Amino acid sequence: MTVLFGVFLLTLLVITALAVVQTRNLVVAVMLLGIFSLLLAINFFLLDAADVALTEAAVGAGISTVLFLGALALTSEHERKRPGRRWLSLLVVASAGLVVVYATFDKPRFGDPDAPVQRHIGPWYLEETAQDVDIPNVVTAVLGSFRAYDTLGEVFVVFTAGIGVLFMFSAPRPRSGNGSLSGSTSEQSGLQDELLLGVVGRLLVPFILLFGLYVQFHGEYGPGGGFQAGALIAAAFILYALVEGQQRALEALPRQALNALMIGGALLYGGVGIAGMLMGSNFLDYSVLSEDPIAGQKLGIILIEAGVGMTVSGVLLSVFHAFGARDRIR
Amino acid sequence: MNLLGLYNYWVFAVVLMIGFYAVVARTNLIKKLMGLSLFQAAVFLLYITMGKVSGGTAPILQKGVSDAVFSNPLPQVLILTAIVVGISTTALGLGIVVRIKEDYDSIDEKDIQEIDRQCPR
Repeated sequence: MTVLFGVFLLTLLVITALAVVQTRNLVVAVMLLGIFSLLLAINFFLLDAADVALTEAAVGAGISTVLFLGALALTSEHERKRPGRRWLSLLVVASAGLVVVYATFDKPRFGDPDAPVQRHIGPWYLEETAQDVDIPNVVTAVLGSFRAYDTLGEVFVVFTAGIGVLFMFSAPRPRSGNGSLSGSTSEQSGLQDELLLGVVGRLLVPFILLFGLYVQFHGEYGPGGGFQAGALIAAAFILYALVEGQQRALEALPRQALNALMIGGALLYGGVGIAGMLMGSNFLDYSVLSEDPIAGQKLGIILIEAGVGMTVSGVLLSVFHAFGARDRIR
Repeated sequence: MNLLGLYNYWVFAVVLMIGFYAVVARTNLIKKLMGLSLFQAAVFLLYITMGKVSGGTAPILQKGVSDAVFSNPLPQVLILTAIVVGISTTALGLGIVVRIKEDYDSIDEKDIQEIDRQCPR
């Protein structure tokens, strides 16, 4: 039954992906991309990846949609039809696709417990987590402790991307082009005219925030952690900005605070690593952070997850505000 | 049933190629970024599918349960972080597209090449 449900969802996924590429209206394409992400998240859930499903739902269906719409508002919503080498592209894509499909016949069958990927290091993590880290969620343990180097690198990538967007929008908008600077700030008053949306949106914000904090601090025990929580907290503030207008959102959480979140998170993560070094062990080895190695591991994971959550929410919100504050060309 | 065992991988291949098509055949830069997102999502699906074990459950240990079968946590960790890195790089890409629109007044690849040909910088 689950298999059939999975096949159904995957087929929907392919149809949605086709529709994303097919449509010439980019707003429609963004909405379809959101649906695609939600379907993908349900698929991840069926494939036992609860943490990944939570992340994909928050990031793919929520924040990515808002960012794409923000970019569309600054560019144009319609994609022009171009006569071009469509058949050549189709030929290239079809032949590449055939190669990939041909390669899949060598893959182990779906869910095969004897597949090479299950035989190698996966079981080791499952055993060691119970002994060394002693937190129930193995995904968090691997992310925060065993492979903390990778995660540190990824936090820095997120941080760098955020800096990149801020840097790109730090240049003033060139006055050339045929658009007149309308610079209408009154336009950005959010949804205050829409009574129902405003009331419901405002009601939702505290609950999303609460859920984000729960996901942040319960990440060791259930699905969750810094990445998901960062995305959820950012989503709550983005919703607030959409309902109340960007100005009010920036009063609640000003730009300096966002910068402090971005930088502070990355520094906290790196600092925990260096603290481990100062206390006589390797970089990012948490066992020495406390008398008891397991308590040290738990402390380290809580701290670095907090750092991840801070950086992710800070970057996503900064990017959102950077798109929102840009003058429109029209 | 045996062939159904490869269905996830075929969906991976098809979505991958749909994304690839959007990148090579469409000239609109935002559509290209959407294609990249689809491409990326297909890779996520591949990894998560490989980690699945039949009859398994999400890798969250429970006290007192010793015979549970867990899916592989490692691909999940890789993809979890990849999703967030993916949105950050997409945001950066969108930022570049907005700046291109401001300078060239177009987000169509052909227009941009045309302008570059007319007035080389």
